[in-house]
Amino acid sequence: MITIEDLVRGGKAGAAAPAKSGGCASSSCGSSGGPDDLAPHIWEKVKDHPCYSEEAHHYFARMHVAVAPACNIQCNYCNRKYDCANESRPGVVSERLTPEQGARKVLAVAQAVPQLSVLGIAGPGDALYDWRHTRATFDVVSRQLPDIKLCISTNGLALPEHVDEIVGMHIDHVTITINMVDPEIGAKIYPWIYFQHKRWTGVKAAQILHQRQMLGLDMLAARGVLVKVNSVLIPGINDEHLVEVNREVKARGAFLHNVMPLISDPAHGTWFGLNGQRGPTAQELKKVQDACEGGAKMMRHCRQCRADAVGLLGEDRGQEFTLDKLPETIMVDTADRDAYREEVERKREAHRAAKAAAGALVREARDACSLTVAVATKGDGLVNQHFGHASEFQVYLADGAGVRFLGARKIDEHYCKGGLGEDSALAGIIDILADVDVLLCAKIGDCPKVELAHAGIEPSDDFAYEFIEPAIAALYARRRAGAPADA
Amino acid sequence: MAYKIIASQCTVCSACEFECPNGAIRMKGETYIIDAAKCTECHGDQPRCVDVCPVENTCVRA
Repeated sequence: MITIEDLVRGGKAGAAAPAKSGGCASSSCGSSGGPDDLAPHIWEKVKDHPCYSEEAHHYFARMHVAVAPACNIQCNYCNRKYDCANESRPGVVSERLTPEQGARKVLAVAQAVPQLSVLGIAGPGDALYDWRHTRATFDVVSRQLPDIKLCISTNGLALPEHVDEIVGMHIDHVTITINMVDPEIGAKIYPWIYFQHKRWTGVKAAQILHQRQMLGLDMLAARGVLVKVNSVLIPGINDEHLVEVNREVKARGAFLHNVMPLISDPAHGTWFGLNGQRGPTAQELKKVQDACEGGAKMMRHCRQCRADAVGLLGEDRGQEFTLDKLPETIMVDTADRDAYREEVERKREAHRAAKAAAGALVREARDACSLTVAVATKGDGLVNQHFGHASEFQVYLADGAGVRFLGARKIDEHYCKGGLGEDSALAGIIDILADVDVLLCAKIGDCPKVELAHAGIEPSDDFAYEFIEPAIAALYARRRAGAPADA
Repeated sequence: MAYKIIASQCTVCSACEFECPNGAIRMKGETYIIDAAKCTECHGDQPRCVDVCPVENTCVRA
């Protein structure tokens, strides 16, 4: 976490913006472990992984290849014709790839995107149940690009029998989707599992899944593999339960916990979508994430990317690398990638030095007041987006201890369409930002300004084009001194 | 008797090919097909291909 004093002193020159990121604008979010508070061998493993390290996700990109279509369970939030609706954006289907095609795509992306540090296989089915395809893809890629980190995402049912091979291939990062540790709750999420050559249903199925997930987690932790646990928050089913999941997985050695909102829409054709099970509001999600703090470390910057996503978190370049656009043969030239790594190291050093030079922390919290701030940004860590053009808002919390990133909230439609504001869009935005105190943007029209203020959200373009955290810190300092945001 | 795969509904996930104890399922063109000569219907137990298939009523009695 960056302290208020660091930022106010650093001001505009302080927090160096990540070069050409175009992706997530935050520079302080999610799991904030750094080289000082993580064991060196663990820091080495996470420092370049954009999902495991908040700092890394400004410099590095990850990609997924959809080479593992076979799955051994059915979740109520998944329609197999449209992949896992909770890890994809609605209405878009991934291109299934053979391992050879997948490997070609990885090489092409590695050439075009020097920031690529991670290759993950997350589906579209289960990466471990479909191990033969996963392994074949990793075999080719690890030979040609030995510096790429290999990452896997799984439901865990088939995990225990693959741990040896996972370790043998130096796969240091495994994500397990654990939505429950209570089979009674599991029965509401999983209509069936396929295990030992047959289908199981009901509480028994959930019990088997639970036991295998716990066993798999134990085995990975014992072998030093970094485990991230993904949990899908389903209001009315596991919202109250996820705190228990958090404590249980922490006790068993999970490195990170990522609580994601259920994505549910009848148009997806999922059981939840068709049966009226809604996803959580941003406030409900925040409440559960907050309740989990203190247990397993929380990841807050997850973008629920697709099984075929490419790019920095928040920016998907998948469409540039579809099969038809890949060259026949790809020459692997690591010069660009090596140069990029050196550049990142230089930037990181500069950032660390600046932070250190900022001096001792001031823990002053005179009135322990906190400020929830929504920011409209299009990247580079700046307050640089017009209110009307924003498709999402980055939400931060400022209090006596510093400025913390809470998460990104997507909105359904832009407020501004062809020069005119849409009232219904504005109502939707106000709903999503109900708990926000101040909204920072580069520009905002009079009408939405008034509506937001009426709803208790103070809009401000005072900090247009400034770095986000210093702006919030300055805003907070002003507020503490008693002046309104617009002074 | 054997089972067959309704091609229009098949998501081509390959799980059935993987699970079939007789190697009766293979890729043909854009979809998977079951070789009736090799299919034993899993000897009266619930067929594995049906159990693992993610789309209801897609792997059915021929």
